[in-house]
Amino acid sequence: MTLVFSFFLLTLLVITAVAVVRTRNLFVAVMLLGIFSLLIAANFLLLDAADVALTEAAVGAGISTVLFLGALALTSERERTATPHRWLSLAVVVSATLVVLYATFDKPSFGDPEAPVHQHVAPWYLEKTPEAIDVPNVVTAVLASFRGYDTLGEVFVVFTAGIGVLFLLSAQHGHAAQRRPDAKDESDIGLRDDLIPRVVGRLLVPFIVLFGLYVQFHGDYGPGGGFQAGALIAAAFILFALVEGEERTLEALPFNTLLALMVSGALLYGLVGLAGVFLGGNFLDYSVLAEDPVAGQHLGILLIEAGVGLTVTGVLLVIFHAFAARDRF
Amino acid sequence: MELLGLYHYWVFAVLLMIGFYAVVAKVNLVKKLIGLSLFQSAVFLLYITMGKVTGGTAPIFQDGNVDALFSNPLPQVLILTAIVVGISTTALGLGIVVRIKEEYGSIEEHEIQERDRR
Repeated sequence: MTLVFSFFLLTLLVITAVAVVRTRNLFVAVMLLGIFSLLIAANFLLLDAADVALTEAAVGAGISTVLFLGALALTSERERTATPHRWLSLAVVVSATLVVLYATFDKPSFGDPEAPVHQHVAPWYLEKTPEAIDVPNVVTAVLASFRGYDTLGEVFVVFTAGIGVLFLLSAQHGHAAQRRPDAKDESDIGLRDDLIPRVVGRLLVPFIVLFGLYVQFHGDYGPGGGFQAGALIAAAFILFALVEGEERTLEALPFNTLLALMVSGALLYGLVGLAGVFLGGNFLDYSVLAEDPVAGQHLGILLIEAGVGLTVTGVLLVIFHAFAARDRF
Repeated sequence: MELLGLYHYWVFAVLLMIGFYAVVAKVNLVKKLIGLSLFQSAVFLLYITMGKVTGGTAPIFQDGNVDALFSNPLPQVLILTAIVVGISTTALGLGIVVRIKEEYGSIEEHEIQERDRR
């Protein structure tokens, strides 16, 4: 049954991808890209990657769609020109595809426990996690503790991208939070006239935030963690902004608070690392944070996951508001 | 099972190249970024596919499954963070596209190049 389902999903993925590239209506392309993300998330779930599926569903189908739509509103909804040199590009791409397809026959067979990828460090992580870290979710243990450096780097990449978008889109036009539309017709903003999206949106938002917090703090025990929670909470506020208008969202969560969230998350992560150094361990070594090394690991993971969550929420919402505020010029 | 594995890799190859086609052939900048996201998703699929172990389960210890066979957690960690980094970089790309539109009045590649030549 899973086999049939896998084949079905993978085939749908290819069909959706072809449709995304073929259509010249960019709005349609973005909507199809959302469907593509949802399909690939289902695929990740079938491949035992529950954490990845959760992230992809929140980020790919939710936030990325909204950002693309924001960009489309500021640019144009249609591709105006037909593809030039189409046959040349197709020839290049098809020959490259054939090379990659040829290479797939040399890959270790699917699901083989003896494949090289399962031989080196991965079994060690699975074996050591219960005694050294003692959290049930091995993905969280590897992400937050064993490979804490990687994650620190990635948090700063996200942070930098947020700063970059701010630089690009708040240029010339002053601060996004300071601008308000001149008391124009209330019904213009958001979807306030449409009863059903409004009621459903309002009902859903608190539950999405609650679920986000659950995912944040339950990340040690089940699928979840800072990245997923950040994406979910950001998605909840973006939904609120779509239904109620951007102004009310900024009243609930002002722009400066978002900037503070984004900075404090990255700082918290770095400081936890430094705390390890001052208590006599290595950078990002959590074992020294408490009397008992395992308790120290728990505390460290809790803190840095909180840092990740804060930064991801802050950055995604800052990016959203940067695009949304640009709309009014 | 063998065929399913190959099928996963083939879908990866095809998706990768569909994304690549959009990046090289399309002249619309937003479409290029969409192509880049497809390309990126294909790579994610490859990593997660390689992490799968037959008969395995998600790498989360629960009562009673301590000795169970788990899929490889490492590719999952890499991709989980890559997805969030990916959306941030895509947003940065979209920001640049919006600025290009404001400066050049177009997001079609050849029109931008034409204006630059003048």
